[in-house]
Amino acid sequence: MIIGLRIEGLCLARGERRLLSGFSEMVRAGEAVALTGPNGAGKTTLLRAVAGLIRPESGDVRFDGADGAIEAEDARRFGCHLLGHQDGLKSGRSAGEELDFQVRWTGGTAEAAEAAARRLGLTRLLGLPVRALSAGQRRRLALARLAASPRSLWLLDEPLAPLDSTHRALVGELMVEHLGRGGLILAAVHDPLPIGAREVGLAGAA
Amino acid sequence: MIGVLLRRELALTWGRGGGAALAVGFLACASVMLPLSLGPEPARLARVAGGVAWVVLALASLLSLERMFERDFEDGALDLLCLGPLPLEIVATVKCLAQWMVVGAPLALATPVAAIALGAKPQAAPLLALAAALGGLAFAFLGGAGAALALASRRGGLLIALIVLPLLTPPVIFGGAAIENFQTGLPWITPLAMLAAYALAAAALTPFAMAAACRNALS
Repeated sequence: MIIGLRIEGLCLARGERRLLSGFSEMVRAGEAVALTGPNGAGKTTLLRAVAGLIRPESGDVRFDGADGAIEAEDARRFGCHLLGHQDGLKSGRSAGEELDFQVRWTGGTAEAAEAAARRLGLTRLLGLPVRALSAGQRRRLALARLAASPRSLWLLDEPLAPLDSTHRALVGELMVEHLGRGGLILAAVHDPLPIGAREVGLAGAA
Repeated sequence: MIGVLLRRELALTWGRGGGAALAVGFLACASVMLPLSLGPEPARLARVAGGVAWVVLALASLLSLERMFERDFEDGALDLLCLGPLPLEIVATVKCLAQWMVVGAPLALATPVAAIALGAKPQAAPLLALAAALGGLAFAFLGGAGAALALASRRGGLLIALIVLPLLTPPVIFGGAAIENFQTGLPWITPLAMLAAYALAAAALTPFAMAAACRNALS
Protein backbone atom coordinates (compact mmCIF):
# COMPACT_ATOMS: atom_id res chain seq x y z
CA MET A 1 0.00 0.00 0.00
CA ILE A 2 1.49 3.30 -1.14
CA ILE A 3 0.92 6.19 1.24
CA GLY A 4 3.15 8.76 -0.38
CA LEU A 5 4.54 9.64 -3.78
CA ARG A 6 7.62 11.85 -3.92
CA ILE A 7 8.87 13.29 -7.17
CA GLU A 8 12.33 14.76 -6.67
CA GLY A 9 14.12 17.00 -9.14
CA LEU A 10 12.68 15.25 -12.19
CA CYS A 11 14.07 16.21 -15.60
CA LEU A 12 12.15 14.89 -18.59
CA ALA A 13 12.73 15.30 -22.29
CA ARG A 14 10.93 14.03 -25.38
CA GLY A 15 13.23 13.86 -28.34
CA GLU A 16 15.25 17.06 -28.34
CA ARG A 17 12.71 18.96 -26.29
CA ARG A 18 13.20 19.51 -22.56
CA LEU A 19 9.77 19.30 -20.91
CA LEU A 20 10.47 19.45 -17.20
CA SER A 21 13.59 20.37 -15.36
CA GLY A 22 13.99 19.92 -11.64
CA PHE A 23 10.31 19.22 -11.03
CA SER A 24 9.52 18.23 -7.45
CA GLU A 25 6.16 17.41 -5.95
CA MET A 26 4.57 15.30 -3.25
CA VAL A 27 1.28 13.47 -3.14
CA ARG A 28 0.14 12.11 0.21
CA ALA A 29 -2.46 9.49 1.09
CA GLY A 30 -5.98 10.85 0.66
CA GLU A 31 -4.82 13.65 -1.60
CA ALA A 32 -5.63 14.43 -5.21
CA VAL A 33 -3.29 16.52 -7.32
CA ALA A 34 -4.44 17.95 -10.64
CA LEU A 35 -1.70 18.67 -13.15
CA THR A 36 -2.66 21.52 -15.44
CA GLY A 37 -0.87 23.23 -18.27
CA PRO A 38 -1.08 23.85 -21.99
CA ASN A 39 -0.88 21.05 -24.57
CA GLY A 40 2.64 19.74 -24.77
CA ALA A 41 3.59 20.92 -21.29
CA GLY A 42 4.58 17.38 -20.31
CA LYS A 43 1.62 16.22 -18.24
CA THR A 44 1.32 12.86 -19.96
CA THR A 45 5.09 12.38 -19.97
CA LEU A 46 5.22 13.09 -16.25
CA LEU A 47 2.50 10.51 -15.54
CA ARG A 48 4.29 7.93 -17.66
CA ALA A 49 7.56 8.66 -15.91
CA VAL A 50 5.89 8.11 -12.53
CA ALA A 51 4.55 4.82 -13.88
CA GLY A 52 8.09 3.88 -14.87
CA LEU A 53 7.35 3.69 -18.61
CA ILE A 54 9.65 6.58 -19.44
CA ARG A 55 13.11 6.90 -17.99
CA PRO A 56 13.79 10.40 -16.65
CA GLU A 57 17.02 12.15 -17.61
CA SER A 58 17.66 12.79 -13.95
CA GLY A 59 15.76 12.94 -10.69
CA ASP A 60 13.81 10.32 -8.80
CA VAL A 61 10.33 9.02 -8.23
CA ARG A 62 9.97 7.48 -4.78
CA PHE A 63 7.11 5.59 -3.23
CA ASP A 64 6.52 5.48 0.52
CA GLY A 65 4.69 2.68 2.28
CA ALA A 66 3.38 2.46 5.84
CA ASP A 67 6.76 1.15 7.01
CA GLY A 68 9.30 2.98 4.94
CA ALA A 69 10.12 3.28 1.27
CA ILE A 70 8.83 0.72 -1.26
CA GLU A 71 10.93 -0.50 -4.17
CA ALA A 72 9.78 1.50 -7.17
CA GLU A 73 9.33 -1.64 -9.24
CA ASP A 74 7.10 -3.31 -6.66
CA ALA A 75 5.10 -0.13 -6.17
CA ARG A 76 4.44 0.10 -9.90
CA ARG A 77 3.67 -3.56 -10.32
CA PHE A 78 1.27 -3.89 -7.43
CA GLY A 79 0.19 -0.41 -6.35
CA CYS A 80 -0.27 1.68 -9.45
CA HIS A 81 -3.11 2.23 -11.94
CA LEU A 82 -2.34 4.16 -15.11
CA LEU A 83 -5.26 5.33 -17.21
CA GLY A 84 -3.90 6.88 -20.38
CA HIS A 85 -5.37 8.28 -23.56
CA GLN A 86 -5.52 4.75 -24.84
CA ASP A 87 -7.35 2.31 -22.69
CA GLY A 88 -5.70 -0.91 -23.86
CA LEU A 89 -9.03 -2.51 -24.73
CA LYS A 90 -9.00 -4.96 -27.63
CA SER A 91 -11.63 -3.98 -30.16
CA GLY A 92 -12.32 -7.57 -31.22
CA ARG A 93 -13.02 -8.96 -27.77
CA SER A 94 -16.15 -8.49 -25.72
CA ALA A 95 -16.29 -5.77 -23.09
CA GLY A 96 -16.87 -8.37 -20.39
CA GLU A 97 -13.80 -10.41 -21.34
CA GLU A 98 -11.61 -7.33 -21.46
CA LEU A 99 -12.85 -6.01 -18.13
CA ASP A 100 -12.36 -9.41 -16.54
CA PHE A 101 -8.78 -9.64 -17.82
CA GLN A 102 -7.84 -6.08 -16.85
CA VAL A 103 -9.26 -6.46 -13.35
CA ARG A 104 -7.63 -9.84 -12.66
CA TRP A 105 -4.34 -8.71 -14.16
CA THR A 106 -4.22 -5.75 -11.79
CA GLY A 107 -5.09 -7.88 -8.78
CA GLY A 108 -8.89 -7.71 -8.48
CA THR A 109 -11.53 -10.43 -8.45
CA ALA A 110 -14.30 -11.35 -10.88
CA GLU A 111 -16.91 -10.32 -8.29
CA ALA A 112 -15.31 -6.90 -7.88
CA ALA A 113 -15.29 -6.50 -11.67
CA GLU A 114 -18.99 -7.27 -11.78
CA ALA A 115 -19.76 -4.84 -8.97
CA ALA A 116 -17.74 -2.08 -10.65
CA ALA A 117 -19.50 -2.71 -13.96
CA ARG A 118 -22.86 -2.37 -12.22
CA ARG A 119 -21.72 0.79 -10.51
CA LEU A 120 -20.66 2.39 -13.79
CA GLY A 121 -23.77 1.27 -15.65
CA LEU A 122 -21.92 -1.17 -17.89
CA THR A 123 -23.72 -4.41 -17.09
CA ARG A 124 -25.82 -4.39 -20.28
CA LEU A 125 -22.78 -3.59 -22.42
CA LEU A 126 -20.57 -6.46 -21.25
CA GLY A 127 -21.68 -8.82 -24.01
CA LEU A 128 -20.87 -6.37 -26.80
CA PRO A 129 -17.56 -6.29 -28.64
CA VAL A 130 -15.42 -3.36 -27.57
CA ARG A 131 -15.51 -1.90 -31.06
CA ALA A 132 -19.25 -1.34 -30.69
CA LEU A 133 -18.78 0.90 -27.63
CA SER A 134 -18.67 4.69 -27.76
CA ALA A 135 -15.65 6.62 -26.50
CA GLY A 136 -17.40 7.40 -23.23
CA GLN A 137 -18.46 3.79 -22.73
CA ARG A 138 -14.90 2.61 -23.35
CA ARG A 139 -13.59 5.09 -20.83
CA ARG A 140 -16.10 3.87 -18.26
CA LEU A 141 -14.98 0.31 -18.95
CA ALA A 142 -11.38 1.35 -18.29
CA LEU A 143 -12.41 3.21 -15.15
CA ALA A 144 -14.21 0.11 -13.90
CA ARG A 145 -10.80 -1.55 -13.64
CA LEU A 146 -9.67 1.20 -11.26
CA ALA A 147 -12.76 0.79 -9.13
CA ALA A 148 -12.51 -3.01 -9.07
CA SER A 149 -8.88 -3.72 -8.28
CA PRO A 150 -7.50 -2.12 -5.16
CA ARG A 151 -4.35 -0.20 -6.06
CA SER A 152 -3.63 2.92 -4.12
CA LEU A 153 -2.00 5.26 -6.64
CA TRP A 154 -4.17 6.34 -9.55
CA LEU A 155 -2.36 8.05 -12.42
CA LEU A 156 -5.03 9.51 -14.67
CA ASP A 157 -4.56 11.21 -18.00
CA GLU A 158 -7.63 13.29 -18.90
CA PRO A 159 -9.87 10.75 -17.18
CA LEU A 160 -13.11 12.64 -17.74
CA ALA A 161 -12.65 13.92 -21.28
CA PRO A 162 -15.14 11.68 -23.14
CA LEU A 163 -17.67 11.36 -20.29
CA ASP A 164 -21.09 13.01 -20.00
CA SER A 165 -21.98 15.09 -16.94
CA THR A 166 -23.83 12.28 -15.13
CA HIS A 167 -20.86 9.98 -15.41
CA ARG A 168 -18.38 12.72 -14.53
CA ALA A 169 -20.24 13.09 -11.24
CA LEU A 170 -20.21 9.33 -10.76
CA VAL A 171 -16.46 9.13 -11.37
CA GLY A 172 -16.11 12.00 -8.90
CA GLU A 173 -17.84 9.83 -6.32
CA LEU A 174 -15.47 6.95 -7.07
CA MET A 175 -12.50 9.28 -6.63
CA VAL A 176 -13.81 10.58 -3.29
CA GLU A 177 -14.25 7.00 -2.06
CA HIS A 178 -10.75 6.12 -3.24
CA LEU A 179 -9.26 9.10 -1.39
CA GLY A 180 -11.33 8.17 1.66
CA ARG A 181 -9.66 4.74 1.71
CA GLY A 182 -6.28 6.46 1.76
CA GLY A 183 -5.71 6.42 -1.98
CA LEU A 184 -3.66 8.90 -3.99
CA ILE A 185 -4.63 10.54 -7.27
CA LEU A 186 -2.35 12.30 -9.71
CA ALA A 187 -4.34 13.45 -12.72
CA ALA A 188 -3.56 15.46 -15.82
CA VAL A 189 -6.60 17.61 -16.59
CA HIS A 190 -7.84 20.53 -18.62
CA ASP A 191 -11.29 20.74 -17.02
CA PRO A 192 -11.21 20.86 -13.23
CA LEU A 193 -11.78 17.55 -11.43
CA PRO A 194 -15.21 17.18 -9.77
CA ILE A 195 -13.48 16.77 -6.39
CA GLY A 196 -11.32 18.95 -4.21
CA ALA A 197 -7.87 18.72 -5.77
CA ARG A 198 -4.67 20.68 -5.38
CA GLU A 199 -3.68 22.21 -8.68
CA VAL A 200 -0.10 22.08 -9.89
CA GLY A 201 0.64 23.98 -13.07
CA LEU A 202 3.23 22.84 -15.58
CA ALA A 203 4.44 25.87 -17.44
CA GLY A 204 5.60 24.13 -20.58
CA ALA A 205 9.27 24.98 -21.05
CA ALA A 206 10.46 26.30 -24.40
CA MET B 1 -1.82 -15.06 -12.99
CA ILE B 2 0.05 -16.69 -15.84
CA GLY B 3 -3.16 -18.57 -16.63
CA VAL B 4 -5.13 -15.32 -16.84
CA LEU B 5 -2.59 -13.88 -19.25
CA LEU B 6 -2.24 -17.07 -21.29
CA ARG B 7 -6.02 -17.33 -21.79
CA ARG B 8 -6.10 -13.80 -23.13
CA GLU B 9 -3.09 -14.28 -25.38
CA LEU B 10 -4.52 -17.49 -26.81
CA ALA B 11 -7.78 -15.72 -27.62
CA LEU B 12 -5.95 -12.79 -29.19
CA THR B 13 -3.57 -14.97 -31.20
CA TRP B 14 -6.48 -17.05 -32.42
CA GLY B 15 -8.25 -13.93 -33.63
CA ARG B 16 -5.20 -12.20 -35.07
CA GLY B 17 -4.75 -12.48 -38.81
CA GLY B 18 -6.52 -15.79 -39.17
CA GLY B 19 -4.31 -17.55 -36.59
CA ALA B 20 -4.00 -21.27 -37.17
CA ALA B 21 -6.23 -21.44 -40.24
CA LEU B 22 -4.07 -19.03 -42.23
CA ALA B 23 -0.81 -20.82 -41.44
CA VAL B 24 -2.20 -24.29 -42.15
CA GLY B 25 -3.87 -22.98 -45.30
CA PHE B 26 -0.55 -21.56 -46.43
CA LEU B 27 1.12 -24.92 -45.85
CA ALA B 28 -1.64 -26.71 -47.77
CA CYS B 29 -1.42 -24.25 -50.68
CA ALA B 30 2.34 -24.60 -50.95
CA SER B 31 2.14 -28.41 -50.86
CA VAL B 32 -0.48 -28.42 -53.61
CA MET B 33 1.48 -25.98 -55.79
CA LEU B 34 4.74 -27.84 -55.52
CA PRO B 35 3.88 -30.89 -57.69
CA LEU B 36 2.42 -28.50 -60.25
CA SER B 37 5.65 -26.59 -60.51
CA LEU B 38 8.15 -29.43 -60.09
CA GLY B 39 6.31 -32.04 -62.09
CA PRO B 40 4.44 -35.01 -60.67
CA GLU B 41 7.17 -37.71 -60.67
CA PRO B 42 6.91 -39.33 -57.21
CA ALA B 43 10.64 -39.96 -56.98
CA ARG B 44 11.52 -36.31 -57.39
CA LEU B 45 8.79 -35.11 -55.02
CA ALA B 46 9.74 -37.64 -52.35
CA ARG B 47 13.30 -36.39 -52.54
CA VAL B 48 12.33 -32.78 -51.65
CA ALA B 49 9.26 -33.43 -49.47
CA GLY B 50 10.93 -33.10 -46.08
CA GLY B 51 12.92 -30.02 -46.98
CA VAL B 52 10.01 -28.21 -48.56
CA ALA B 53 7.81 -28.90 -45.55
CA TRP B 54 10.45 -27.15 -43.46
CA VAL B 55 10.74 -24.07 -45.62
CA VAL B 56 6.98 -23.70 -45.74
CA LEU B 57 6.79 -24.16 -41.98
CA ALA B 58 9.31 -21.37 -41.43
CA LEU B 59 7.51 -18.97 -43.76
CA ALA B 60 4.05 -19.86 -42.42
CA SER B 61 5.26 -19.12 -38.89
CA LEU B 62 6.52 -15.72 -40.02
CA LEU B 63 3.13 -14.77 -41.45
CA SER B 64 1.40 -14.03 -38.20
CA LEU B 65 4.33 -12.70 -36.21
CA GLU B 66 4.30 -9.07 -37.21
CA ARG B 67 1.41 -8.05 -35.00
CA MET B 68 2.56 -9.95 -31.92
CA PHE B 69 3.52 -6.85 -29.90
CA GLU B 70 2.39 -4.13 -32.26
CA ARG B 71 -1.32 -4.27 -31.39
CA ASP B 72 -0.60 -4.05 -27.68
CA PHE B 73 1.81 -1.21 -28.32
CA GLU B 74 -0.67 0.77 -30.40
CA ASP B 75 -3.74 0.42 -28.23
CA GLY B 76 -2.05 0.99 -24.87
CA ALA B 77 -2.35 -2.58 -23.62
CA LEU B 78 1.44 -2.79 -23.37
CA ASP B 79 1.32 -0.10 -20.66
CA LEU B 80 -1.10 -2.26 -18.74
CA LEU B 81 1.08 -5.34 -19.22
CA CYS B 82 4.08 -3.38 -17.90
CA LEU B 83 2.19 -2.41 -14.75
CA GLY B 84 1.03 -5.95 -14.03
CA PRO B 85 2.27 -8.38 -11.40
CA LEU B 86 4.50 -10.37 -13.76
CA PRO B 87 7.80 -9.08 -15.16
CA LEU B 88 7.77 -8.19 -18.84
CA GLU B 89 10.12 -11.10 -19.57
CA ILE B 90 7.44 -13.56 -18.44
CA VAL B 91 4.77 -11.67 -20.36
CA ALA B 92 6.86 -12.00 -23.51
CA THR B 93 7.40 -15.71 -22.86
CA VAL B 94 3.66 -16.26 -22.45
CA LYS B 95 2.98 -14.39 -25.69
CA CYS B 96 5.43 -16.60 -27.59
CA LEU B 97 4.03 -19.76 -26.02
CA ALA B 98 0.54 -18.69 -27.08
CA GLN B 99 1.84 -18.11 -30.59
CA TRP B 100 3.35 -21.59 -30.55
CA MET B 101 0.20 -23.25 -29.25
CA VAL B 102 -2.10 -21.52 -31.72
CA VAL B 103 0.07 -21.48 -34.85
CA GLY B 104 2.96 -23.87 -34.17
CA ALA B 105 1.00 -26.85 -32.88
CA PRO B 106 -1.51 -27.06 -35.78
CA LEU B 107 1.40 -26.63 -38.19
CA ALA B 108 3.28 -29.43 -36.44
CA LEU B 109 0.27 -31.69 -36.98
CA ALA B 110 -0.19 -30.59 -40.58
CA THR B 111 3.47 -30.88 -41.59
CA PRO B 112 3.64 -34.72 -41.65
CA VAL B 113 0.41 -34.83 -43.63
CA ALA B 114 1.81 -32.44 -46.21
CA ALA B 115 5.18 -34.21 -46.37
CA ILE B 116 3.61 -37.67 -46.75
CA ALA B 117 1.27 -36.36 -49.41
CA LEU B 118 4.38 -35.25 -51.28
CA GLY B 119 5.89 -38.70 -50.93
CA ALA B 120 7.84 -38.80 -47.67
CA LYS B 121 7.91 -42.19 -45.96
CA PRO B 122 4.94 -42.62 -43.58
CA GLN B 123 7.36 -43.95 -40.92
CA ALA B 124 8.86 -40.45 -40.79
CA ALA B 125 5.57 -38.91 -39.57
CA PRO B 126 6.33 -38.87 -35.83
CA LEU B 127 9.78 -37.42 -36.45
CA LEU B 128 8.35 -34.82 -38.81
CA ALA B 129 5.78 -33.74 -36.22
CA LEU B 130 8.35 -33.62 -33.43
CA ALA B 131 10.85 -31.68 -35.51
CA ALA B 132 8.13 -29.28 -36.67
CA ALA B 133 6.99 -28.73 -33.07
CA LEU B 134 10.55 -27.95 -31.97
CA GLY B 135 11.12 -25.77 -34.99
CA GLY B 136 7.85 -23.94 -34.37
CA LEU B 137 8.98 -23.22 -30.81
CA ALA B 138 12.21 -21.68 -32.08
CA PHE B 139 10.32 -19.71 -34.75
CA ALA B 140 7.82 -18.34 -32.23
CA PHE B 141 10.50 -17.03 -29.87
CA LEU B 142 12.86 -15.73 -32.56
CA GLY B 143 9.95 -14.16 -34.39
CA GLY B 144 8.77 -12.58 -31.16
CA ALA B 145 12.20 -11.04 -30.67
CA GLY B 146 12.05 -9.66 -34.21
CA ALA B 147 8.54 -8.32 -33.67
CA ALA B 148 9.57 -6.60 -30.43
CA LEU B 149 12.68 -5.07 -32.01
CA ALA B 150 10.64 -3.75 -34.92
CA LEU B 151 8.13 -2.00 -32.60
CA ALA B 152 7.56 1.68 -33.22
CA SER B 153 9.23 1.52 -36.60
CA ARG B 154 7.35 1.97 -39.85
CA ARG B 155 7.40 -0.99 -42.23
CA GLY B 156 8.02 -3.24 -39.25
CA GLY B 157 7.19 -6.35 -41.25
CA LEU B 158 10.16 -5.87 -43.52
CA LEU B 159 12.43 -5.27 -40.57
CA ILE B 160 11.18 -8.42 -38.85
CA ALA B 161 12.00 -10.50 -41.91
CA LEU B 162 15.45 -8.94 -42.05
CA ILE B 163 16.17 -9.59 -38.38
CA VAL B 164 14.59 -13.00 -38.13
CA LEU B 165 15.49 -14.79 -41.34
CA PRO B 166 19.19 -15.29 -40.51
CA LEU B 167 18.17 -16.60 -37.09
CA LEU B 168 15.74 -19.04 -38.68
CA THR B 169 18.39 -20.72 -40.81
CA PRO B 170 19.92 -22.99 -38.11
CA PRO B 171 16.62 -24.66 -37.17
CA VAL B 172 15.78 -25.14 -40.84
CA ILE B 173 19.18 -26.74 -41.44
CA PHE B 174 19.01 -29.01 -38.38
CA GLY B 175 15.38 -29.94 -38.92
CA GLY B 176 15.86 -30.60 -42.61
CA ALA B 177 18.95 -32.68 -41.87
CA ALA B 178 17.15 -34.80 -39.26
CA ILE B 179 14.41 -35.71 -41.74
CA GLU B 180 16.80 -36.21 -44.65
CA ASN B 181 19.00 -38.50 -42.56
CA PHE B 182 16.02 -40.47 -41.29
CA GLN B 183 14.80 -41.09 -44.81
CA THR B 184 18.20 -42.17 -46.07
CA GLY B 185 18.97 -44.31 -43.03
CA LEU B 186 21.69 -42.10 -41.57
CA PRO B 187 21.90 -41.14 -37.86
CA TRP B 188 19.24 -38.48 -37.26
CA ILE B 189 19.42 -38.05 -33.48
CA THR B 190 22.25 -35.52 -33.60
CA PRO B 191 20.56 -32.95 -35.86
CA LEU B 192 17.34 -33.39 -33.88
CA ALA B 193 19.20 -32.78 -30.62
CA MET B 194 20.82 -29.69 -32.13
CA LEU B 195 17.39 -28.47 -33.18
CA ALA B 196 16.02 -29.03 -29.66
CA ALA B 197 19.00 -27.23 -28.14
CA TYR B 198 18.53 -24.29 -30.48
CA ALA B 199 14.81 -24.06 -29.73
CA LEU B 200 15.39 -24.18 -25.97
CA ALA B 201 18.17 -21.61 -26.15
CA ALA B 202 15.86 -19.31 -28.09
CA ALA B 203 13.10 -19.79 -25.51
CA ALA B 204 15.54 -19.08 -22.68
CA LEU B 205 17.32 -16.04 -24.11
CA THR B 206 14.92 -14.09 -26.34
CA PRO B 207 12.46 -13.07 -23.56
CA PHE B 208 15.14 -10.73 -22.18
CA ALA B 209 15.62 -9.17 -25.60
CA MET B 210 11.86 -8.84 -26.09
CA ALA B 211 11.31 -7.19 -22.73
CA ALA B 212 14.17 -4.75 -23.27
CA ALA B 213 12.92 -3.93 -26.77
CA CYS B 214 9.39 -3.28 -25.48
CA ARG B 215 10.62 -1.00 -22.70
CA ASN B 216 12.75 0.85 -25.21
CA ALA B 217 9.83 1.28 -27.60
CA LEU B 218 7.63 2.68 -24.82
CA SER B 219 10.09 5.23 -23.48
